[in-house]
Amino acid sequence: MANDPEEKQPSANSPSEPSGAKPPAAGGEPVSKPPAPPAASAAKPPAAAAPPRPPAPPKEGPVALDNDLVKRYKEKFGPGILEAWVDRKQAILVVARELLGEIALYSRDEEKFDWLSDLTALDWPKREKRFDVVLNMYSFEKNERLRLKAQANADERVPSVQGIWATANWMEREVYDMFGIVFEGHPDLRRILLPDEWQGYPLRKDYDILTQDTAWVRENLGIESGQ
Amino acid sequence: MADERIPFATHAESTVLGADEIILNMGPQHPSTHGVLRVKLRLDGEKVIGSECVIGYLHRGVEKIAEHRTYTQFAPYVDRMDYVAAVSNGLGYCEAVEKLLGAEAPIRARVIRVILTELQRIASHLFWLGTHALDIGALTPLFYCLREREEILKIFEKYCGARLTTHAFRIGGLQYEAYDELEKDVERFCKPFDKRVDEYESLLTENRIWVGRTKGIGILSAAEAIDYGASGPVIRASGVKWDIRKAMPYAAYDQYKFEIPTGKNGDTYDRYIVRLEEMRQSRLICLQAIENIPAGPIMGKVGKVLKPPPGEVYHAIEAPKGELGYYIVSDGTTQPYRVRIRPPSLINLEAFDKMIRGHLVADVVAIIGTLDIVLGEVDR
Repeated sequence: MANDPEEKQPSANSPSEPSGAKPPAAGGEPVSKPPAPPAASAAKPPAAAAPPRPPAPPKEGPVALDNDLVKRYKEKFGPGILEAWVDRKQAILVVARELLGEIALYSRDEEKFDWLSDLTALDWPKREKRFDVVLNMYSFEKNERLRLKAQANADERVPSVQGIWATANWMEREVYDMFGIVFEGHPDLRRILLPDEWQGYPLRKDYDILTQDTAWVRENLGIESGQ
Repeated sequence: MADERIPFATHAESTVLGADEIILNMGPQHPSTHGVLRVKLRLDGEKVIGSECVIGYLHRGVEKIAEHRTYTQFAPYVDRMDYVAAVSNGLGYCEAVEKLLGAEAPIRARVIRVILTELQRIASHLFWLGTHALDIGALTPLFYCLREREEILKIFEKYCGARLTTHAFRIGGLQYEAYDELEKDVERFCKPFDKRVDEYESLLTENRIWVGRTKGIGILSAAEAIDYGASGPVIRASGVKWDIRKAMPYAAYDQYKFEIPTGKNGDTYDRYIVRLEEMRQSRLICLQAIENIPAGPIMGKVGKVLKPPPGEVYHAIEAPKGELGYYIVSDGTTQPYRVRIRPPSLINLEAFDKMIRGHLVADVVAIIGTLDIVLGEVDR
């Protein structure tokens, strides 16, 4: 459980610890903050009074998970399963990048997570391995969802799952388009939403919202700026 | 033009006629592509032997914008994705953020959400039916469909002042209380609506031209539909009985009785039948919902400044076009760290190449139509 690296997660605190002792630090800073998110409910009696949430217990924020599902994965892949979390009642497995393909295949065939609902990525520029590739899977049989995450550096290739789910083809292209993550084994890794010649990867955190490929805009649109 | 990089050229099939293959470009300004979809087709005579969709003409960087807005500010943007079903988009986003906050909208708000969302589903399917029939050559249904859709838009307008990009819901509940005659208006629309659906059916269901143009066209088997990640009416027409409203109920769907229509063959005709039946089921849900709209507050306790605790959530709803998923990551600040939107249109469109191969050029418009794509959502 090297939960620290992963936990770079949302910027500040490390949610790390299981148990209800959710990091109140999370909302941390603001004593003054009014928001009623039940996280604060302990401190705020009125929150409980409202119709919404009576069940205050351990909620927000990731908590370590260790159920049968995780045990089966760990049995099968051992150290390939780096961490297991549950966040907002949703299970998350952080897996070794090199094993992503195998683990995805196992998930589809053995664990029956046969439908890939989404594949995307996250950028944590300050982290050692800045990208998370995120797979959201669904099982018709169990009616459950499971999320896989694999971490990668900007220069590391991530195994493609396109051969496991045909739908991953465009999703991986989009991730490549937006983050510049290269998928090993993808048959046709090109930009999908942006023009092929575009420079830069817009959803990276160091790509400012006003940034654009000025040269492309000038050449193809004949204007100085698209803004 | 021929040697332009066209990956589908890897699909080697000798031409039956021994003639050269033709690359045909369709769109992005073709009326039957429902927006700005461009399709490159590889043809052998009139047979399509390969295709490639070129998308992105309507890309606005919605996911990037989300990272620079607060949770509340971003809500109106989602209406601009699937702009013929804005209410559904809003529902998905609001519920996802509520989940992230650990909050829940009060029951009255959730019931009103169900009513409006189901009306939206009907409106979206009506618009689909009208334009799809128009593409295939049946002009008349469009007028009837738009007539009924207009009634729904009027209800939206009375409720929140907008017809299309409604921004009807707020994170934590609703901004507006239901207006006085909401139930009456919904009832007035829904009561005769199944007769209207019968009318559409009388125009199309047994129409020989319609049947000829849709039966056996664009077949997607259940296994293929799963492989391609299809959802909504597309996967149901292939025989997979799966609807998120039943599988993982959200809003107040667990309170209502309705059926999940499915097809057998997964062809264009079955998708048509499934969507028509879905309209009838949505009507039933609306009628059940207006029976009893619980009293109470319409806004939950979420505070003015939304600061979800760090963490992440994936929340999906059954939008008219399929699974609309929001994957939101919070870093504990007032702005989302990342919002990923899983648009059903985009993923359903991915199966287009699979469905079109072996069919004729004229079937391209039928298959684009049957997928029910909205480019605002495909490109975001």
